[in-house]
Amino acid sequence: MNKTIATPILSTRGLTKTYDDINVVDKLDLDIREGICFGLLGPNGAGKTTTIEMLEGILPPNAGEILYRGKPVDKHFFQHVGIQFQHTALPDFLKVNDVLNLFSRFYDSPMNRDELIAWCNLEDILDRDHRKLSGGQKQRLLLALALMNDPDLLFLDEPTTGLDPQARRNFWELVRSVRSRGKTVLLTTHYMDEAEQLCDEIAVLDKGKVLTQGAPRTLLNQHFNGALIRLPVANFAGATIPPEFKNAEQQGDFMQLQATQVDATLSTLIASGVSLNGLQVESATLDDLFLKLTGHELRGE
Amino acid sequence: MMFWKRFLGVLTARNLEFWRDKESLSWNLIFPLVLVAAFAFLFDSDDRTIVTVGVVQEIQDEGQLESNNALVPELASLAFVEQVPYENRDQALRRLQQHQLDLVIAPDEQRYWLNESSPGSALAAELLSARSDAYAQEVLTGQALRYVDWVLPGILAMNLMFSCLYGVGYVIVRYRKNSVLKRLQATPLSAFEFLLAQVVSRVWLVLATLIVVYLICNAIFSFVMEGSYLLLILLAFLGALCMAALGLLIAARTRSEELSRGLLDFIAWPMLLLSGVWFSLDGSPDWVQQFAQIFPLTHLLDAARAVMFDGAGFAEILPQIIVLIAMTFVFLVVGARLFRWVGDGR
Repeated sequence: MNKTIATPILSTRGLTKTYDDINVVDKLDLDIREGICFGLLGPNGAGKTTTIEMLEGILPPNAGEILYRGKPVDKHFFQHVGIQFQHTALPDFLKVNDVLNLFSRFYDSPMNRDELIAWCNLEDILDRDHRKLSGGQKQRLLLALALMNDPDLLFLDEPTTGLDPQARRNFWELVRSVRSRGKTVLLTTHYMDEAEQLCDEIAVLDKGKVLTQGAPRTLLNQHFNGALIRLPVANFAGATIPPEFKNAEQQGDFMQLQATQVDATLSTLIASGVSLNGLQVESATLDDLFLKLTGHELRGE
Repeated sequence: MMFWKRFLGVLTARNLEFWRDKESLSWNLIFPLVLVAAFAFLFDSDDRTIVTVGVVQEIQDEGQLESNNALVPELASLAFVEQVPYENRDQALRRLQQHQLDLVIAPDEQRYWLNESSPGSALAAELLSARSDAYAQEVLTGQALRYVDWVLPGILAMNLMFSCLYGVGYVIVRYRKNSVLKRLQATPLSAFEFLLAQVVSRVWLVLATLIVVYLICNAIFSFVMEGSYLLLILLAFLGALCMAALGLLIAARTRSEELSRGLLDFIAWPMLLLSGVWFSLDGSPDWVQQFAQIFPLTHLLDAARAVMFDGAGFAEILPQIIVLIAMTFVFLVVGARLFRWVGDGR
């Protein structure tokens, strides 16, 4: 009850970015609490990267404001945050070691070098040209650069896009260790499993607006009761569908029903003469949530 | 303190890049060497068919600078003898020593000079003494100023120009396009620190390259050098600074490698043709010579050749030094104002 409302580490009010008269980001209000991992989710083109780049201070907004610890962002901001871009490159011909040296000189008080190298598992690749690294190694180097100043707030823009499953899991472990050191992480992703694995709180974006926001579990409980039951459409042929199944949705060859009580629902179905051949029962995922909210697939263009 | 730390960080990284890019590095060294050698062999023989005589006299107006075969009446009837007026006797004598003139006559003093090391000079002296015995003979010696001597500063300056324009301008555009600049922007590094490091890194690398190329070429060809090496290095430094600043200006905003390449070519090629890299502009129309004044390369070359061939001192090349510094200042100020990390055309 006596929990004080702490100032969010980062918040936006009415944040808007316009390209060619279209609001790519449309009057966005966000509050990101300190110490959590916050996920911006959405399909390609939802405005995730535009939003995160405005938050990073790289892209000027057309309207609205961004507050860091309750104050407008100034040039000291870069001393306190770490940024990993989605698309980025480093100067040619530099080895991992040289890149670390270069970036360590940008900050007043860089992290202990050996600690950073150990943290991001860079020991074995220090003498490698950064252009010859694998996808996972490169992301670890870029993460090390983002962590160079021991930031309070870390931005990760689609950090695991294009990585193989093993490298993704390794990267997730790193993000968890960042989070466990009390840092705030803000990441964008279009992988729902990534958000479920890492995020304490998510905001689902589509067409520059927040569709819904909250903890992943809470959101799923809010929008889906019990479980999802999927049955082939053919099973319903000739059967009288009971009124409580009016919210059934057809997904391809399957009918999808939300069941609060799985056994009660199945009994009703059997009583109504619906065959249970090909039955699937599953808990809802963020993919389902996204589909329900927008009516379109998340991973499509 | 942080300024220098960040500046040195970028400077070190840029130098490492240049040093490890062995292909560009060797190109930077080999290209001018090959050019100098090619010109030395291609333009070895100097087959002028006329005798050129320098005539020392007071010049009242510009029109008198044209060659005029009536300056020394005794030689006036000889169509194959060209008489060129010189106001400055020392300058005329230096041309004689470098075999650009065959004879120098000072009618007021009733004297003439010949260069013992030049066969053409002996011939011209024979001609004059056959026509008149009113002149007293003075003898000079001096090796010919070969075309390779004359073109050397041109080739070195060309190398400097390309290296600075493209090494600064093109590299910045490439870094903007592939988002290296975006990554650097997301650090406390300031645009000024970044740009200064790019310019300084390129300028000192260019100076080092020029000195190496000069030393190697000089060991082979032993060039004419009448003036001070320190002045020459100062000129190379100012010229490189000016070209690097021009590169910054061109690269201030664009994300397009094609556009920047076009802009750089648009500036580099006219300079290459009209700044007197390959041939002297003395004989070209007035408007061409006037137009060439807008190019920093023209001023750099005028001053460098004055130092190398005429032994000009600091005071004599001060006008060119001032022009180079002024141009550098304008390019830097405008370039820094226009500069964007991310740039246009997003």
